[in-house]
Formats: sequence, structure tokens, C-alpha cells
Amino acid sequence: MQAKTTILSLPTEEFVHPGTRACTGCGLAIAYRVGLKALGKNTILVVPPSCLTVLQGLFPVASTKLPCLNVTFASTAAAATGILATLKSQGKTNIQVAAWAGDGGTSDIGLQALSGAAERGDNFIYLCYDNEGYMNTGVQRSGTTPLGAITANTPFKGKLQQKKDVPAIMAAHHLSYVATCSAAYPLDLYDKIIRCKDMPGAKYFHIHIPCPPGWGYDPRYGIKVGRLAVETGYYDLYEIVNGEFKLTAASEKLVEKRKLVPVREYFRAQSRFKILTDEQIADIQNQIDAKWAAYYKKDEQQ
Amino acid sequence: MGTRNYRRKTSHSEHGPGDGGRTGSWRVERPILDKSLCIPCKRNKEACFICWLFCPDIVISRTIPPKIDLEYCKGCGICAEECPTKAITMVDEAEFSKEDKE
Ligand SMILES: Cc1ncc(C[n+]2csc(CCOP(=O)(O)OP(=O)(O)O)c2C)c(N)n1
Ligand code: SF4
Ligand code: SF4
Ligand code: SF4
Ligand SMILES: [Mg+2]
Repeated sequence: MQAKTTILSLPTEEFVHPGTRACTGCGLAIAYRVGLKALGKNTILVVPPSCLTVLQGLFPVASTKLPCLNVTFASTAAAATGILATLKSQGKTNIQVAAWAGDGGTSDIGLQALSGAAERGDNFIYLCYDNEGYMNTGVQRSGTTPLGAITANTPFKGKLQQKKDVPAIMAAHHLSYVATCSAAYPLDLYDKIIRCKDMPGAKYFHIHIPCPPGWGYDPRYGIKVGRLAVETGYYDLYEIVNGEFKLTAASEKLVEKRKLVPVREYFRAQSRFKILTDEQIADIQNQIDAKWAAYYKKDEQQ
Repeated sequence: MGTRNYRRKTSHSEHGPGDGGRTGSWRVERPILDKSLCIPCKRNKEACFICWLFCPDIVISRTIPPKIDLEYCKGCGICAEECPTKAITMVDEAEFSKEDKE
């Protein structure tokens, strides 16, 4: 087991410049910065249209120090496959290919290409940063927008459908590594990327990303909101290594504590959930409690 | 002529700071550090640096004392919110004189 990285042991080399176009208090900026530290300088990035392309900058200035191929929406994972093929033909074996795409670009538009690359066992890391909507184009609902969230095209009743469980879809591809992370826990993200780097085939990351304009909260509370999602048991941090599921970091601690923060606190911290009724929240609380009862039971059996 | 010597050119960017301009001008509140409350300053050794970890814009240095680059700090307030000792407070930009902003 690798030692846990701390703030003091986190590498100081930066791969992102200040002064990006990302919004004030952007959660993606935190996850991206720390994620690149873990991926390291021998990395080629692949990024489809998203807030990340905005953060990365307008031609001819780039805010990222690493080479990046900007591709069309549906083709992220296929483009990663192409880069891998090129590197192979050039005999280069020490370069990490990492695709970073939004939730829209992953759960909806890029899913087919991603599934194909995962099934082929192409050796790269795919990171989906999930701000739970098509944020770059003005907050439209995506497959991973949660139930009840108001978006530009679910303006009155909020989204009526459940969040699509993309990490579970990717786990069904029998990958060597699948992990969920959060921008509020950047060191957990760092350690997970380091852990999976030498594993074979495609590796999948799903990163929860607090987004002030999309979720409706004062930017200063971004980390608090991200943490609440985890501490309420609403969003779980875990990893699946060769099929083996394990809660990690703050979620693992919740099993020890056997105490969740009421999910109401998470919802009431954001304006996008303002139409959720007390009954709806109670319903979601019951689902969370049932999910965690299963985690507790599993823990007792071990 | 023919088509033989046609070259297809792809665009590429050079990396550098300030792609979004001097983003410090977006700020409506300015983070102000009180060294007497800051943990690494008090101990005079490397410690804490929570503000450095969470700053989305990479404008806080990992030094004693932590320094904030106001040219690019967007004033999100995450550093102030996450600092365990409340060493950073957000102050209305209008409080600062015009020269100060330059
Ligand atoms: C084929 C295609 N359809 C639509 C767009 C417009 N578009 C650009 S970014 C974006 C939103 C992407 O959402 P997501 O992947 O979740 O990333 P986010 O903006 O939230 O970071 C859309 C719809 C496009 N560039 N290409
Ligand atoms: S819309 Fe959200 S994810 Fe996109 S740049 Fe702004 S804060 Fe970041
Ligand atoms: S978080 Fe607060 S105490 Fe810690 S280094 Fe930053 S200013 Fe100092
Ligand atoms: S966390 Fe926000 S307010 Fe604090 S220095 Fe960074 S950009 Fe400025
Ligand atoms: Mg999105």
C-alpha cells in the first residue's frame, strides 16, 4: 500500500497557469490542477468541448503546460486510442495518455467511444469531471444531473429522472481500476491516480465537481458543498480494483462512524434544489439510509 | 504547382499565465492574511497550507507567510472559508484605494 499523500508531501510543480477563464471558485480548477500533478509531465491530454476547454484557454494562449489534443464531443476516448496507436508506432512507452471530459461528454455524448476503448483494453486513464450538467453552454441537464435539480431545460420541476450511474457502467466493463473522487478531496484524487497508473487497460475516474453558477451557491462554500455530498452519504468515494469494491477516504470513515449528516443540509446549501419538497428529501434520505445499511452490514461481515 | 506541396497546418497554442486576462479585476472581495493567526507563520515552519491546496487559481504560494498574487486572485473566498484559524478574511475591494489596485 502506498503512503497517503499529505499537503506537505504533495509535489509543488504546477502544470496550470493562473489567470484562467474558469469561473471564480471553480471546483474543476482544483481537481484539474491536482490531477495533473499526479499524471505528471509525461502526459498527453485529450479534451472534448467543455468547461475544461474554456479553462485551458483560447488560441494562441494555453493555460496548461502539457500537450493537449482538443477533439470533437463524441470522440474523446477514440482519440485517446489514436494517440496510443501513434505512440506505439513510434516506440514510445513512457507516455501517459489521459482523457478529461465533462459529464455531458461522458455520460451522454462520448459514452459509445468510451465503452469501445474500455472493451478493447486500451491503456489510458479516462477522467470524467462531473459538475452534473452541461455547464459550459449554460447549465442544461445531462445524464448525470441528479433528480430534482433545476437546470435551464428543467426550469420548473427540476430533473424528473435519476442520475445515471456511469462508474457502475464502467465497472461492468471489468476494468482494472474504477474510482470515484471529489474536488473537495484532492489528495484522495491524487493518490488514486498514482495507484492506478501502472494497471493494465483503461482506468476510469468519476470526479464530483462543485460548480458555483451551475449549482447556485456562494463560491466561497465550494469545498463545504463538495464535502457535504460525501458526509451525507449522497455521493460515495470508492475504488474498484480488479472487481473488488472498497469505500475510501471520507466515505470509509463514515462506515466507522456509522453517522451520516442529513442529506437535507446538502440540498439546502444549493439553489438548484430549492423546489425539492420535504417529502422528496425524506424519500432520498431513505434511499441513502438503505444504501448505507448495506455498507454497514458488509463491514460487519468482514 | 499540383497538390504535392500543399501542407496542412494545425493550430497550436503556447502556454502562459493570464489567458483570461488579469483576472484579479473580477474580484469583488480581497483576501487579507493576518500572519499572527496563520499556523506556518506562528510556528515558523512548514505546516497547514490548506489555502494553497484549495485555491482554484493557484495564486497562493506555499511559503511562510503564504503570499497571494492579487493580479490573478479572483476573490472566490475559498481560502478564507477553509483556513482552520480564520487567518484570511475577505474585504470589500472598494475599501482599497485606486493606487493600491494598480
Ligand atoms: C457535437 C456538439 N454538440 C454540442 C456542442 C456544444 N457544447 C460545447 S460544450 C457543451 C457542454 C458540455 O457539457 P459537459 O460535457 O458536462 O462539460 P461542462 O461544460 O459541464 O464542463 C456543449 C453542449 C458541441 N461543441 N459539439
Ligand atoms: S460553469 Fe462551473 S465547472 Fe464551468 S468553469 Fe464555471 S464553475 Fe467551473
Ligand atoms: S490555511 Fe490559514 S493557517 Fe493555513 S497556511 Fe493558509 S492562511 Fe495559514
Ligand atoms: S482561494 Fe480564491 S480568494 Fe483565495 S487566493 Fe485563491 S482565488 Fe483568491
Ligand atoms: Mg458538465
